[in-house]
Amino acid sequence: MSQLVVDIKKKSFPKGESREEFTAIENLAFELSSNEFVCLIGPSGCGKTTLLNVIAGLDGDFDGSINSNNSHHTVPPSYVFQSPRLLPWRTVLENIQLAIGDNHSLALIKKTLQHLGLSDNLHSYPNHLSLGMQRRVSLARAFCVPSDLLLMDEPFVSLDQAIARKARELLLSLWREQPRTILFVTHDLDEAYKLADRILFLSNAPSNIIDDIKITLPRSERSENKTRAFKEKLRTNHPAIQEFL
Amino acid sequence: MPRSSFLNSTFSLGLLLLIWQLTAFIINSPVLPSPMLVFNNLIDAIQTGELLQHLGITLYRLTISFFLAMFLGTAIGLILGQHKSLNVFFDSWLIILLNVPALVTIILCYIWFGLVETAAIIAVVVNKLPNVIVTIREGARDLDNQLMEMAKAYQFSRYKTLFHVILPQLYPYIMASARTGLALIWKIVLVVEMLGRSDGMGFQIHLFFQLFDITSIMAYTVSFIIVIQLIEVAILKPLDQRSQRWK
Repeated sequence: MSQLVVDIKKKSFPKGESREEFTAIENLAFELSSNEFVCLIGPSGCGKTTLLNVIAGLDGDFDGSINSNNSHHTVPPSYVFQSPRLLPWRTVLENIQLAIGDNHSLALIKKTLQHLGLSDNLHSYPNHLSLGMQRRVSLARAFCVPSDLLLMDEPFVSLDQAIARKARELLLSLWREQPRTILFVTHDLDEAYKLADRILFLSNAPSNIIDDIKITLPRSERSENKTRAFKEKLRTNHPAIQEFL
Repeated sequence: MPRSSFLNSTFSLGLLLLIWQLTAFIINSPVLPSPMLVFNNLIDAIQTGELLQHLGITLYRLTISFFLAMFLGTAIGLILGQHKSLNVFFDSWLIILLNVPALVTIILCYIWFGLVETAAIIAVVVNKLPNVIVTIREGARDLDNQLMEMAKAYQFSRYKTLFHVILPQLYPYIMASARTGLALIWKIVLVVEMLGRSDGMGFQIHLFFQLFDITSIMAYTVSFIIVIQLIEVAILKPLDQRSQRWK
């Protein structure tokens, strides 16, 4: 069963004081199945964040429809933003509790934080943590919210290589333990290949989907060599997405 | 306070007292009583209970008008800071309010509402309110949009958004207007009391003025400055430190 059906006819920003009217998205449609991990890749400025904001319900000003089959009907998608967006005046625990709402389970929060190596930081303030740790807290917050859909907007950008790799591994292991549908925006094809069941390619603005590629190889076997082979295959068989390679 | 800065301010206060004492000695006139005379007068006034009674009633007026002005000012400033069109509409009202002399508001309040307690409190609040609004409005314009989006994405209730996302961001602005507010309000309360009340520090000082009792005027002023300093040290400073823990 489809978890999420996106069908956006048009999303544009009206003419402002310093800019012309701008159409960010046009005729963009796709579906995500339950517990699928999908990466969305596109050139910068193509409207990836706009798309996530529309799906998250932060921006309701568009033509089209977003339908999600959420088993928790009142719970919106959880959202991992590009910056951690934690409340600096609340502790790690308080930040997570505030996002979950009244009926939160302390055991689940502790377990999730432990999984992400943050057991000792329950009562730390975000400003006392490194950026990588803050990102993990924001990941924990998203996973503790009982939502079937998780939106992620380049959550590991500007982390150094080793820390980003570790963060990706943590994300995958957390996802295996608490499965849900993930829509993960990135501009890095290597990252997408390591994570995804499926990769959607977006065009320049006004963006729509120009390719949709399924990856069947198990994640454990996606070595550097396989990544190169994957890109080589795209180069020969998928002319529309050459700019991403 | 570190030891050196404590010593420093003690020394500077001592120097001020010394200058006062010397000037009083040189002038040698009832117009400028010496610190010792003022201190003795202060002790007398405390012992008769007169000072504490008037100080109490003034502090009561100060407290009520302070909290009213802070509460209303924060609410209005927050609304104006967040709604551009409302702000444009009411901006001229604010400028007028900011520029009406305190004396005029006080007299008008007494004429409109009579020489009653409510009029006194309203007069003080109206005087302080525009300053609070302007300060809080600046803060409300600068609210972090990313955090507001996060609150919306995670469906924070209005209450949660206000108390966990918005007010902590406004905290420095609230503290700033509380500090300047305290200093401004107590000065206005005294004028209000002088013009239309039959008790309180302002009334007493006016009485001493008519009796040309300068020593008492200075004793009352010193007592009030001490109380305001105590509020700063015992309430505002600890509040400030508590709220800085996360930084």
